[in-house]
Amino acid sequence: MSFMNWIDARFPATSTWNEHLAEYYAPKNFNFWYFFGSLALLVLVNQIVTGVWLAMAYKPSAAEAFASVEYIMRDMDYGWLIRYMHSTGASAFFLVVYLHMFRGLIYGSYRNPRELIWIIGLFIYLAMMATAFFGYLLPWGQMSYWGAQVIVNLFAAVPFVGEELSVWIRGDYVISDATLNRFFALHFLLPFVLAALVFIHIVALHKVGSNNPDGIEIKKNKDENGIPKDGIPFHPYYTVKDIFGVGVFLIFFAAVIFFWPDFGGLFLEPPNFEPANPLKTPEHIAPVWYFTPFYAMLRAVPPMFGSQFPGVIVMFASILILFALPWLDRSPVKSVRYKGMLFKAAVAIFVVSFIFLGYLGMVASTKVILGFTATFWAQLFTAVYFLFFLLMPWYSVLDKTKPVPERVTQ
Amino acid sequence: MKKLFALITFIALTPITAWSAGGPSVALEQANIDLNNHAAIQRGAKYFVNYCMGCHSAKYVRYQLMEKVGLTTEQIKNNLIFDGGKVGGLMTNAMPEKDAAEWFGGPAPDLTLTSRIRGGEDWIYSYLKSFYTDPSRPMGVNNTVFKNVGMPNVLWELEGIKEPVYHYAVIHDGHTEKVFDHEEDAKNYIREHGKGYKLEKVVDHLEITRPGQLTSTEFDQVARDLATYLTYIAEPMKLERHSLGLWVILFLTVFTILAYMTKKEWWKAIH
Repeated sequence: MSFMNWIDARFPATSTWNEHLAEYYAPKNFNFWYFFGSLALLVLVNQIVTGVWLAMAYKPSAAEAFASVEYIMRDMDYGWLIRYMHSTGASAFFLVVYLHMFRGLIYGSYRNPRELIWIIGLFIYLAMMATAFFGYLLPWGQMSYWGAQVIVNLFAAVPFVGEELSVWIRGDYVISDATLNRFFALHFLLPFVLAALVFIHIVALHKVGSNNPDGIEIKKNKDENGIPKDGIPFHPYYTVKDIFGVGVFLIFFAAVIFFWPDFGGLFLEPPNFEPANPLKTPEHIAPVWYFTPFYAMLRAVPPMFGSQFPGVIVMFASILILFALPWLDRSPVKSVRYKGMLFKAAVAIFVVSFIFLGYLGMVASTKVILGFTATFWAQLFTAVYFLFFLLMPWYSVLDKTKPVPERVTQ
Repeated sequence: MKKLFALITFIALTPITAWSAGGPSVALEQANIDLNNHAAIQRGAKYFVNYCMGCHSAKYVRYQLMEKVGLTTEQIKNNLIFDGGKVGGLMTNAMPEKDAAEWFGGPAPDLTLTSRIRGGEDWIYSYLKSFYTDPSRPMGVNNTVFKNVGMPNVLWELEGIKEPVYHYAVIHDGHTEKVFDHEEDAKNYIREHGKGYKLEKVVDHLEITRPGQLTSTEFDQVARDLATYLTYIAEPMKLERHSLGLWVILFLTVFTILAYMTKKEWWKAIH
């Protein structure tokens, strides 16, 4: 291998390959939940590749944007396929990332020594949300326009500087051509920031090693060669396993792209097939499904002193509180497998609350559900959402844990 | 496989609500269209350019699209293009927006994507069949699917003239308590029950009072053809994506089976 020697003398190719793949020892007991990290990476690549191709035909101007999307759908060869891959990919990205985060939550992947991995991951999530928000304006449909209007107006609720802040974001007094043009620039930029954050996320992961469903540190149990007894090389074992996971994922992904790209109005909302009209407010404005839990929390808080600002604070707090998670959990064990009923019940209630908040963010706030308004339910579930975190320092200590085994279980 | 079911269950538990754009509050009739029926799409195109395009555009669609459903370039030129436009050109509007605002109170919306905005062909089919005489409206007609619609019933010569048959609903506490065929009966009922009861005049159904050129079955077919055409142009690649999708999923299934076998083989040694 003289060629590789030549390269290795100038670039750490072989050593990087070994350190991060062929000799990176991952716990051998990864289960179903561990597919979603690599799937998130796959979807990110899908978004960047399809996005670049869309950008070749898309026109970021208020006069041309809507028509250029229809041009892509109708006149560009396989433009419809690229666009559906992109629009479905956005939803798929959030779905796999929510599942990836849930995995971290139940197996304690955010605990010492992986706090930074969790925090970098949250920055990835924030970058994703920003990217999705900017991207949703680009088709320049009714929901694009009015959704952006609602979200940018949140910044107008900031005391004292709000008005000017929102004008600064829009570049105008209303969502307009200037807004669209800059949102396009940011939508194109952010995925590369996202990719860099993913790189840092993996660097941090490989520094401390992967957690596993048992929440055991496999590095504590090494053989005479210094290799963790419960570890297996990432390549080939997890590369072949993840390729299988990719296959299963792509079947579902393709099924949506080819047979159900609107996904019943969840992935592509019907009002968004109508061009943006600043003079006509849609009857019902709702963000896309992956933002609705936070939208429900925003609407749950009543205006105080004539300002929507408290709701805005609650919405941002619901994401910021995730940063504190590594220090809120004081359980002696990491994984849900060895935690007690208290924690399990808390997670179950939390998941149900989050899903219901997602539903509540889609419906009119006056809708009556089981005798109460959607606003009431949103207030209840918002409280549950926050209590899950705020009470964790207590219930995680009170919880009756089980002894953790020395070695991983299958 | 247990894990796969876990994923499916998870997705199934995620609440899915279908949207209703513009919220059709009335029950829609089923159009039962078939996008494989090229003759229906061709007829729909003919009705569209003759009856709709005077005011409405389909400005994201090229006339040429009809070649995909079996028309020749010559046929398109001779039968669908009236303004000397090119076959490769877009089906742009014939009515200037300024005139539209003056004549009808606003621009006639582009119809390319109506089927997707309205959630499918049933709305279009029902809408076209739901015009009725209403002297209180500027155009002399109203529509049960699209209340206070601004446009006239352009298909009236074909369909004939429809009059509404009302029924009279007694509303109490926001709920319909009782429905009467005659206004007098409803009024008497309210008189007996006293305060808090309201009378509401509702269109029960429509009746043809002056027949048009077509029988109602024939007219249903016209409405169906238009719904088929408008659904086709809203997403011309729909059938293509279905047929391509089958091959993609077939490939992915084989790929996934092979990937699974490869994984099994490699993992034999791991305990």
